[in-house]
Amino acid sequence: MLASSGAPYARILSVGSAIPSRVVTNADMCQWIESTDEWIQQRTGIAERRWIGPDESVRTLALAAARTAIDRSSLPLGEIDCLILSTVSFFQQTPALAPMLAAELGLRDAAAYDISAACAGFCYGIAQAEALIRAGQAHNVVVIGAETLSRMTDVTDRSTAFLFADGAGAVVVGGSDEPGIGPVVWGSDGEHNEVIWQTAEWDEALRLGAEPKIGMNGQAVFKWATSFIATAAKRALEAAGLSPEELDVFLPHQANNRITDTMLRYLKLPERVVVARTIKKYGNNSAASIPIAMDELLSTGQAKSGQTALIIGFGAGLVYAGQVIKLP
Amino acid sequence: MATTEEIRAKLAELVNDIAGTPVEKVQLDKSFVDDLDVDSLAMVEIIVGCEEAFSVTIPDEESKNLVTVGDAVAYIEAHQA
Repeated sequence: MLASSGAPYARILSVGSAIPSRVVTNADMCQWIESTDEWIQQRTGIAERRWIGPDESVRTLALAAARTAIDRSSLPLGEIDCLILSTVSFFQQTPALAPMLAAELGLRDAAAYDISAACAGFCYGIAQAEALIRAGQAHNVVVIGAETLSRMTDVTDRSTAFLFADGAGAVVVGGSDEPGIGPVVWGSDGEHNEVIWQTAEWDEALRLGAEPKIGMNGQAVFKWATSFIATAAKRALEAAGLSPEELDVFLPHQANNRITDTMLRYLKLPERVVVARTIKKYGNNSAASIPIAMDELLSTGQAKSGQTALIIGFGAGLVYAGQVIKLP
Repeated sequence: MATTEEIRAKLAELVNDIAGTPVEKVQLDKSFVDDLDVDSLAMVEIIVGCEEAFSVTIPDEESKNLVTVGDAVAYIEAHQA
């Protein structure tokens, strides 16, 4: 019997993102909830968020982000043999969205599957892509995080309405002679699955005639993120054999600026480290937030190709995953 | 075992670090929310900071009762290892 063996290492070759067209400001938000722009910005760092317009969907966003990432990779389509999509907001249970995306992108016979790991989904996908490439099970992998959380937002819930947003980000991961993706630090805590929840299971929601929404105990998430997840971020750095001084960019899931601030205090990163703050314009778009922020930092020149970045996602499950990467 | 004053002083450092409140304002009779510019998220950070600094566990249902600096100091005094 034969077994596969792959590239010595893996790295992210390219990134792309897709931002929906509809801008929803905090003033818009305050039509639905009793709040103020100042309160929302002070508690979250969000000034506005993007929601899908009439012709946009999780499928169109995922496609656009992946197409850009593939174009930027300069790889022939025939060399991309796997596509992993992370989403919690594609409302068709089967078939999965990933095979349809692969077909529309021209990836013939690529392995393609959806994963569900909420706001940690992109980092879960990166961990899988890295392992598949090093094991020789795939050569080049598209990893996409795409969400339309606006469809799951209860606009009357004044503790969550202003947080959630839509968007997609994608990367192409390929083989490398040098380490480009560090060891993943990941895990789950299903005992605390009630901290972020779906208001009704689908069969119940259908009986009730209302789409399920996301509920969240914000303070519990904040406590978890600023204590356990902050230490997980430190472990991811250590797992890659790096000290804080050796890091160039910190790219946490864009859940809340206050979470990012607290993590920074804990991690004691040098001032020169570039920190992603795309939540200000785009809100919390779950699995999409890290690749969107990556694309934004690179395209605006705030970060550069080859720099070392710490990425970490965390969310409903509870689940989390983080690793150090070299920026594409 | 830290004394009441040692706990208050350490707590004042935490509040200053997290909410920017001057340390001298952090006195036992002061309310975190009403007197010290501590909002709900900053309060969570202070709770986490206390858990680390004093090796105590402050469950969510207890943290709701910590209204004043004195409440927090008394809880830590009673529960520190």
